[in-house]
Amino acid sequence: MSAETIAAAVALGVAAGVLAGMFGVGGGILFVPTLLGLGLGQLDAEATSLLAILPTVAAGTWRQHRYGNLRPRLALVVGVSSVVGVQVGVLIATSLPEHVLRRLFGVLVLAVAAQLAWRSRSRGTYPSRP
Amino acid sequence: MRLVGIGLVAGLFSALFGVGGGIVAVPLLIVAAGLGERTATSVSLGAIGITALAGAIAYAVEGHVHVGYAALVGLPAAAGAVAGTALQQRLSGSSIVLGFAILLACVGVWLLAG
Repeated sequence: MSAETIAAAVALGVAAGVLAGMFGVGGGILFVPTLLGLGLGQLDAEATSLLAILPTVAAGTWRQHRYGNLRPRLALVVGVSSVVGVQVGVLIATSLPEHVLRRLFGVLVLAVAAQLAWRSRSRGTYPSRP
Repeated sequence: MRLVGIGLVAGLFSALFGVGGGIVAVPLLIVAAGLGERTATSVSLGAIGITALAGAIAYAVEGHVHVGYAALVGLPAAAGAVAGTALQQRLSGSSIVLGFAILLACVGVWLLAG
């Protein structure tokens, strides 16, 4: 891996983190394309993105905790329920051909881009303001 | 019960696309569960930690997770998440959001064309 590639990956990682900090998301929407650019296949990029989300979320949660916004019980209910959904999602993702998965992800990215553009016009419906 | 439903949907979405699920969880927590925006954002963040961990483990069992690559993008992102909150107070929020919208639109076109 060249120095330029590593620098680009780090820069996109930081950008994903900024996005995550602003909207309370994990940053996966930018991790996956970055990992694809590094040469991973769609499925491996998605799987690796989930691991990369963890430090980002830990940092974000720490910030929220400092602002006193944290609601551990609610987060626990949603998080634990999601584990069942995760199993179904993994099953679907591993059974789809990678090019189909990549197209679906592309549509998702465009939908999020449209949502963000709409939000920037309406002065932001729900970016987290510390 | 609504929170359980939101968790299920967010989990499926997360594992299918390799994202945290916050994209669907935050709007659902506001619209379906009636939470305020800030609470929804923080609940989503906390839940994503559990969701992403479950997804990463499920995929790792099948050998799809590359730890080195995850560290390469994940660790700079953790710094970015902290910096992002501070940056947000100095720059105009809507121009940052528009910048991300343009970046993602380019990525989306690349994914669909490639």
